[in-house]
Amino acid sequence: MTAVPNKPLFDGPEWDFELIGRTYDAIEEIGVGEMGLSLYKNQIEVITAEQMLDAYSSIGMPLMYRHWSFGKRFARDEMMYRKGARSLAFEIVINSDPCINYIMEENSMTMQCLVMAHAAMGHNHFFKNNYLFRQWTQADAILEYMAFAKRFVSECEERFGLAQVEAVLDAAHALMNQGVSRTAGARRKFDPRREREREQARRDYEIEIYNEIWRTLPNKAEKKEERPDENRAEQRALLLPEENILYFLEKHAPKLEGWKRELIRIVRVLAQYFYPQRQTKVMNEGCATFVHYEIMNRMYEKGLVTEGSMLEFAHMHAAVVYQPGFNDRNYSGLNPYALGYAMMRDIKRICLEPTDEDMRWFPDFAGNQDPMGTLRQAWADFRDESFILQFLSPKVMRDMRLFHLRNDSDNPAMRVEAIHDEQGYRKVRRMLARQYDVSTQDPDIQVTDADLSGSRRLVLTHHVRDGIVLDKEETDRTLMHVARLWGYRVRLVEVEAGTGRKLKEHETLPLP
Amino acid sequence: MNIVDRRLNPKSKSLGNRQRFVRRAKADIRDAVRDALKKRKVSGVEGSEQIKIRSKSVREPSFNHGRDGGIRDYVLPGNQDYKAGDMIPKPQGGGGGKGGKASADGGGEDDFVFTLSKEEFLDLFFEDLKLPNLVKNRLKDIKNPLPHRAGYTSDGPPAKLARVRTLRRSLARRIALKRPKTEEVRALEEEIARLEAEMPRNEPLIAELRARLEHAIRLRKTIAYVDPIDLQFNRFDRVPRPTTQAVMFCMMDASASMTENLKDLAKRFFMLLHVFLSRHYKQVHVVFIRHTSTAAEVDEETFFRGVETGGTVISTALEEMDRIVRERYSPADWNIYAAQASDGDNIPDDMGRCIDLAENNLLPACQYYAYIEVSEHSGPGETVAWSGFSELAQRHSHFAMRRVTNPGEIFPVFHELFSSSAGA
Repeated sequence: MTAVPNKPLFDGPEWDFELIGRTYDAIEEIGVGEMGLSLYKNQIEVITAEQMLDAYSSIGMPLMYRHWSFGKRFARDEMMYRKGARSLAFEIVINSDPCINYIMEENSMTMQCLVMAHAAMGHNHFFKNNYLFRQWTQADAILEYMAFAKRFVSECEERFGLAQVEAVLDAAHALMNQGVSRTAGARRKFDPRREREREQARRDYEIEIYNEIWRTLPNKAEKKEERPDENRAEQRALLLPEENILYFLEKHAPKLEGWKRELIRIVRVLAQYFYPQRQTKVMNEGCATFVHYEIMNRMYEKGLVTEGSMLEFAHMHAAVVYQPGFNDRNYSGLNPYALGYAMMRDIKRICLEPTDEDMRWFPDFAGNQDPMGTLRQAWADFRDESFILQFLSPKVMRDMRLFHLRNDSDNPAMRVEAIHDEQGYRKVRRMLARQYDVSTQDPDIQVTDADLSGSRRLVLTHHVRDGIVLDKEETDRTLMHVARLWGYRVRLVEVEAGTGRKLKEHETLPLP
Repeated sequence: MNIVDRRLNPKSKSLGNRQRFVRRAKADIRDAVRDALKKRKVSGVEGSEQIKIRSKSVREPSFNHGRDGGIRDYVLPGNQDYKAGDMIPKPQGGGGGKGGKASADGGGEDDFVFTLSKEEFLDLFFEDLKLPNLVKNRLKDIKNPLPHRAGYTSDGPPAKLARVRTLRRSLARRIALKRPKTEEVRALEEEIARLEAEMPRNEPLIAELRARLEHAIRLRKTIAYVDPIDLQFNRFDRVPRPTTQAVMFCMMDASASMTENLKDLAKRFFMLLHVFLSRHYKQVHVVFIRHTSTAAEVDEETFFRGVETGGTVISTALEEMDRIVRERYSPADWNIYAAQASDGDNIPDDMGRCIDLAENNLLPACQYYAYIEVSEHSGPGETVAWSGFSELAQRHSHFAMRRVTNPGEIFPVFHELFSSSAGA
């Protein structure tokens, strides 16, 4: 390495805004100049610990509508924090343009430096370039949309009362995981101004068609005979089956007022916005961790940070990528930081110093001497599931000692299906990839039938995979929420995927 | 790049969310408060309260896979010596130990624990008592609460770790569990080294020492130097800074005719009185006296829990109070408040003695004396004690008596009792 005698940027834990500015510039020079990252403009916001807790509770969004569940989250986080059971994250970063990075005032300068390399470089690059984020989220519009949502919810609370708004939001939140369109191409981009106008138009129309005389009509129970043909036509018109339950309810629930539909829509937009993050945990954190590691080391090589800072950094980095074994008391699943980071380090190694094994496993890029190019492409074109399927190398599996365990409820014991050996690599890799496929982890529930003219019953179908049925109690509660939005009887059928054999059935009526 | 300093932005952005949450969980929290009330000391109304609620009203359900049944695949790290095809017995207790992360958030029947602020707790506490807002505010209005050391707790942030305490406990535990000391291990090692250097080697002895050394090392590994149970943290209470000192006498009939419910009613009254007094006085002592046909000063636990058999002689309690006042609480130094709860039973010919004691010894020393008669039903007719004390109430303005049948009545009674004299 060229020994440029740079003066360290800082020494000791103290920081000020000017120093953060200079350090950021140095980081950006390495990130953009040397590693070829492409970024949204960064906005770094310094906040206190209390504000960090606030930000936690509203799922990291700087603007959020009010709801008790966020209060619950806050109460729990605060308690954990006060008791010292959990420390706060050093940063929160928001997928927006400009990309907002929250950093805490309590952090030492080394931590601020690490956090900027991690979030303002790593996460930022990932948000901007990964195909899922590009396809599903509009970073430039989200903040404005949330401002609209917050205002809209509080207006509704004023006009219709807390309880009514809460009931709709509770129900919509319960269906958040079913509020995502997985397969359809991205729908029209949302434009906050248009959203507002649309909602205004909806309201105006209501006012316009409001006629005192209709209020005086007696409520007559309508009775119609069922006509099967019509039903079928109806189903076709509804485009069933529909996997996005929230979308379906927003568009077709028979009794909902306009503002309720708008509330559902808000939750749906949020669910869709967060969907890419759920699918890219390993990659996103891996990317950020890899980037901060590279940048910190480059800064050290350039003489920009002191040895003391590097020790502090090494200590934190080791804590972040620590992976306890499955039988460890602290084990709580695979650490996405550890897995992502290990894989990306290994990709770099394969690009630069491949072994024979790597040449066999990764002929397209082993030894191509372009680690950054390879990684940038991986970051852009994959999600966790496909990334693991493509890039998890035997070496990483050996290093992490991964093995595949199967628990079949028909067997008295669990069976080790495959381990990190020549026979097992592909199997372990395939299973791990599946473990990260959100669409197979979430239950596959679709709207399959809706009778709009007769009994008005809504039918949902759960396609059961591997004999795993839904949790009874939770399902009944959730179904109550569906019924509340739909307004009539709702039935959920669980059928075995493939055979179509019916396994279980739940049914519920809305409370009066 | 832009740097923004947000530290001065308004805090507690999530206050609105918290209010919504508390409102939502109100029924549960109220139950929990009521529970806490049972467990809590009369003097412990203040201070924030950790509340554990069953999460039924704050549950956030969603469609989730069930915990058991079906075929589940896991990829786990840290394999030690499993080979493909090994069978591993399932963990006891329904299995699925490793798949249990499905409900990260409020799922299942888990209790949800969080801390209510003092205001929130008192709000709920008073709500039950139907406290008017004005009084509520006065009760809650604390000027300059000061943090006071208040002993130790077993959890807290690292910054408040009480190191000496923690290490003392660690030491005690290590001694109790016979964790070998470093010197002992070193002595063993030296001994072994010495024996090994000797010729001829005393093999059996060496082997024995080695076994002992191994055992010692294993013990040192399994018995931690500092274990989580050793941890002690400094605890701080925020104490209001009022004027002087007061003592509050709680007297209650403990005979079997006082049911749990009646005792609960009485307890509410005592608690309220305590809150009230602690707003006005810097120090409030509480003395519990219970009586049947004899009276004794007892601790709070016995006071509310214990049941005794025997008749009812109220005067014994008054005698006991008189004795304690003379021994420990000189009226010159203390503001004395007395609250007596009973279901009204007494031996008829004891009333004369009661009135005599109260009139000549107690009432002159007391700021205020409240007699509360608790009963399950507000039936007609007067009890022995009631008719006896009535004449006292007519002669002394700071002797007051009321009847209470349900919690909702406590505050109005309390208010009535203290509205005239409590201005002090």
